[in-house]
Amino acid sequence: MTSHGGDDQAKDVGPADAGRSAQPGWLMRTGGPADAGRREGRGRRRGGQRGEQLMVPRAEFQSYYGRPVLKEPVWKTPDVPGYLFLGGLAGASSAMAASAHLAGNRELSRMAKTAALGAISLSAAALVHDLGRPARFLNMLRVFKVTSPMSVGSWLLAAYGPVAGAAAASAVTGRLPRAGAAATAAAGVLGPAIATYTAALLADTAVPAWHDAHREMPYLFAGSAASAAGGLAMLAVRPAHAGQAVRFAVLGAAVELTAKSLLLRRLGPAAEPYQAGLPGKLMETAEVLTAAGLAGAVLAGRNRAAAAVSGVALLTASALTRFGIFEAGLASARDPKYTVGPQRERLRQRS
Amino acid sequence: MSTEPAQRDLGPAEPAAAFDPVAHAGHASHPPRMGFFTDTSVCIGCKACEVACKEWNAVPEDGIELSGMSYDNTVGLGASTWRHVAFIEQIVRPATPGGGGPGPAAGAPAVGGLSTGGLSTGDPATGDASRWLMSSDVCKHCTHAACLDVCPTGALMRTEFGSVVVQPDVCNGCGYCIPACPFGVIDRRKEDGRAWKCTLCYDRLSGGLEPACAKACPTDSIQFGPLDELRERAAQRVGDLQDAGVAGARLYGADPDDGIGGAGAFFLLLDEPEVYGLPPDPVVTTRDLPRMWRHVATAGAALAAGALVAALGRRAGGQV
Repeated sequence: MTSHGGDDQAKDVGPADAGRSAQPGWLMRTGGPADAGRREGRGRRRGGQRGEQLMVPRAEFQSYYGRPVLKEPVWKTPDVPGYLFLGGLAGASSAMAASAHLAGNRELSRMAKTAALGAISLSAAALVHDLGRPARFLNMLRVFKVTSPMSVGSWLLAAYGPVAGAAAASAVTGRLPRAGAAATAAAGVLGPAIATYTAALLADTAVPAWHDAHREMPYLFAGSAASAAGGLAMLAVRPAHAGQAVRFAVLGAAVELTAKSLLLRRLGPAAEPYQAGLPGKLMETAEVLTAAGLAGAVLAGRNRAAAAVSGVALLTASALTRFGIFEAGLASARDPKYTVGPQRERLRQRS
Repeated sequence: MSTEPAQRDLGPAEPAAAFDPVAHAGHASHPPRMGFFTDTSVCIGCKACEVACKEWNAVPEDGIELSGMSYDNTVGLGASTWRHVAFIEQIVRPATPGGGGPGPAAGAPAVGGLSTGGLSTGDPATGDASRWLMSSDVCKHCTHAACLDVCPTGALMRTEFGSVVVQPDVCNGCGYCIPACPFGVIDRRKEDGRAWKCTLCYDRLSGGLEPACAKACPTDSIQFGPLDELRERAAQRVGDLQDAGVAGARLYGADPDDGIGGAGAFFLLLDEPEVYGLPPDPVVTTRDLPRMWRHVATAGAALAAGALVAALGRRAGGQV
């Protein structure tokens, strides 16, 4: 055995060894090319307080020339984040349309059905466009796999698209009201699934920021979808008929804000991709707009202009949230510290 | 793709007690599960594996550039790089506080960069512990393969040999397998639109040959065979190395109880996995999928309920 100077370290083998600290020190720095395959000091500190800044970076994590461990998703912007937003808008609009239909609010119901059809049509186009082989999009319906949220989503879309279309067609033309009502009900049931399954779509990956958010993301998406659907109705329907939409939007915006803050709190330091850089800006702007839109929705009353402005704020916020979450995932896949750090921490706690 | 059992005798079958992903995939009777054991302690960085893989599989050129990363110019696994040789230069400088050079961070012990003994350690006479690690990376052909789980078209499949293979005639380039892989192996080829990765040379296996990379490896760093045998051989080898004082030697991906159920292609490493660009504790993402679906169902039900409650609000006379 070759001498290394520090003889006690020669026995320090195994996963439990690196980054021994109370706080996830891996957040403090990013391994660049200069760190290739090199450990940076193995000083041990105990009892460090959470969030304490150390003067000397510890052996937080190592990497191969700072290269990512994961492959960055190849999904395109705006196709996929746009779909997350539009799918949510469509699904929640269908749920709202069904309940407005039940409540006898025809104006709101018709508008929401039309919006759902428009949004889901754009969604389908975005999804096909994002494929590497768009001509083979029908291969999505070749099998059904519950282990693949994309497979489940494809079948959901295949069922939802036609009924959303039928509901809208019947509402606009006034023809076949019974079939229209049945389609409205079906779309109302499938809509919430369309709006929330996309959370599993993102979370069922190795991308740290997405996977680690799998508990809160479905609620965040549900809230964001309701907020968008309500917001669009506040913009497009006269206030006299939009009371239900306002309540739906307010409920959704409140859930969106709550789920987002729960998510960031539970992730703790691992929430950094949601807070830094471009995704951080998107998420922050979205939060401000959601809060403003929520306040506006509550206060606007019968003021059409105020309601419309609030609706636009909520719609924009919902879209920015989806783009922010999407970009946060890309950022967390790009930097190996988000992959290696938490895994190291997990191994340390296990041993 | 044929699911008929191969006629060749490839060795003893796996013990019945272990989870058998091949039978689970529907291959009622099948040859033993085959895999790679890559012993990086004898890798000499010749890249014959990279070349043989490209030649046999007709994988397109993947960029002719100098990366500046030691002798590594393919940089990582990808759609057109199915074997990738990593080069890690661990230069250990004498302890001269305040001395220049790209040594460890200030305040850290100068030899902190190296706690593990390696075979390629420098000159014992001068005390130079510098070493050059080389490792040929490849698709892990996981027991619990996330890429296969999330593939919506069924293009990714488990072969009768236990390997995980993309069927190019089915893949529609949805890209879901790419972020699902905890090792960052599979990728989409831009000009082609489909996902590609190592096939464990399915065509060669079907013809009774070993994969091209293993065939070409001049030092037997890449060993191909029935996974059971490889695991035994690897346990022996890592024990021998540790007995010989190579304290850094460890197996990676050989444990059937790890987060991916054990890799079909596993490694003997001389340092932490992340030094080679490998995740230290990979977990198949679909392990948490049941919980995700439960939360999705709850959130969806809440959304539907919210829509109904919002409609009732007016009759109840309540402002929100």
